[in-house]
Amino acid sequence: MPPDRARAIRRLTLLVALLAAVSALAFMTIGARGSWSFVLTHRGIRLAALVTVAYAIALSTVLFQTLTGNRILTPAVMGFDALFLLLQTSLVAFLGGAGAGALDPRLLFSIECLVMIGLSGFLFRLLFRGEGRNLALVVLAGLLFGALFRSLSAFLQRVMDPNDFMVLQGRTFASFNAADPALIGIAALLALTVTGLLLPRLPELDVLALGRDKATGLGIDTAKLSALVFALVAILVSASTALVGPTTFFGLLVANLAYLLVPSARHADVLPIAVGLAIITLVGGQMLLERVLGFGTALSIVIDFIGGIAFLLILFKTGRR
Amino acid sequence: MIEIHKLSKRYGDTTVVDDASLTIPRGGVVGIVGPNGAGKSTLLSIISRLIKADSGVVRVDGLDVTTAPGREIARRLSIMRQENHVAARLTVRDLVAFGRFPHNRGRPTREDVERVRMAIDFVGLEALADRFLDQLSGGQRQRAFVAMTLAQDADYALFDEPLNNLDIHHAVSMMRLLRRMADQPGKTVVIVLHDLNVAAAYADRVIVMQAGRVVGDGPPFDVIDRRLLSEVFRVDGDVVEVSGRRLVSVAP
Repeated sequence: MPPDRARAIRRLTLLVALLAAVSALAFMTIGARGSWSFVLTHRGIRLAALVTVAYAIALSTVLFQTLTGNRILTPAVMGFDALFLLLQTSLVAFLGGAGAGALDPRLLFSIECLVMIGLSGFLFRLLFRGEGRNLALVVLAGLLFGALFRSLSAFLQRVMDPNDFMVLQGRTFASFNAADPALIGIAALLALTVTGLLLPRLPELDVLALGRDKATGLGIDTAKLSALVFALVAILVSASTALVGPTTFFGLLVANLAYLLVPSARHADVLPIAVGLAIITLVGGQMLLERVLGFGTALSIVIDFIGGIAFLLILFKTGRR
Repeated sequence: MIEIHKLSKRYGDTTVVDDASLTIPRGGVVGIVGPNGAGKSTLLSIISRLIKADSGVVRVDGLDVTTAPGREIARRLSIMRQENHVAARLTVRDLVAFGRFPHNRGRPTREDVERVRMAIDFVGLEALADRFLDQLSGGQRQRAFVAMTLAQDADYALFDEPLNNLDIHHAVSMMRLLRRMADQPGKTVVIVLHDLNVAAAYADRVIVMQAGRVVGDGPPFDVIDRRLLSEVFRVDGDVVEVSGRRLVSVAP
């Protein structure tokens, strides 16, 4: 790599890290009133949730796009987070609110995570099997699957016992505002474990991004690597969805911004920027909306609005090529 | 040596490769010719383990390509396919450096950097080494992918119609490039070609495929004749000799 490009990447990484740190600091301190220990604990938990979610979504989106060799599809666009939501709903409907409530949320989450790996793996194979896959068809199928999963969840929620529904609501209607500290812990742990598994394989991921044929030609066992990466994506999607619910276009937005900014295709260069941008967007955006503009919980709407426009722009650009 | 033994591949009812057996010894340029749909590209893809055969075995220097470790095969055999779209934004140097992956697993040494530079020089892209692929013309991009194959430094380099979309000037320089590649000691270049005249000019050996079978095999001077044109390509034409080479001339 020429030295000026390496320097540009280093400078960008520093800048993004700095901005992320400033966002976090501002989030913790701006507009604080009353007892500092209370404010810092309360906000600290929320910050941890936001950072974990940002991390999981940025990572899962970039990995997923490497796996599928495109920049439009994300796990969220393909309806994978809606699938997780359906899973949570059916588990409560099946076990009953009391049964589900009696279980350790961490155990419950682990079960959901495992089922998620299996189901989303099946869905992935269904959509991406075969040689001549049509991108438009896959996008459409993904959006439809997402709608199907959401409708099924809504249906189950309508017919379930009101007490069970209360339990479910407590679990699934988490937002950027309130997440269960126990879950934040396990989600963060999972995200770190995934990172540990990924780090030694970053060069292989770079090769995988060249496409299945080229990667095979260069000696990568693509079937094995894809299966592993996909399982990791499913875990990350479970983690982020359990904390804040579905976020349709957020991952797409930060991943594509990262590709745009980083003058390199190495995962070691792109992933930190994507994660940093996700943290800035989520933490900084939440802080701005809440403390500066005084809005309530509208961040997901704003992100999906901007992300949706970005999605359309990228879709049009890809279609024209 | 690449040994192909009783290879078959079917897609639904159509048999694309039909009980093909073939031995490609080390050294020289081997051209695979045949009409459209004869199974040339499929054969190449099976040899390079991109497609699984329904039956039959391919061995490269004694290693079964389907069971040997991917990395071992990648050091012995490289493949460049027709469509070379890469979604990631890469410079020529980035791309060519991937050719070293089977040797260094993504941790380039000083020697790797030097080999990448040599490969880029070999295809004449040294002035464009830090350009992004999407800033290159079709012919330049094609050469960048050839440079990646060069950097991979495999004993057998397979090319699937590398002349596609190239004008005559670029086609000739591409063939010269592949010829020079094959002239290095111990290297074999296998090319799927459309144009019989190109095969006659550059190949040491021509393999003819028709309907999934190997129907001809030998030096171009022996293989290319009127019978080949009428029976395999189903055109009437003349085979003329010009300065010791056979050339195909087809009436309009």
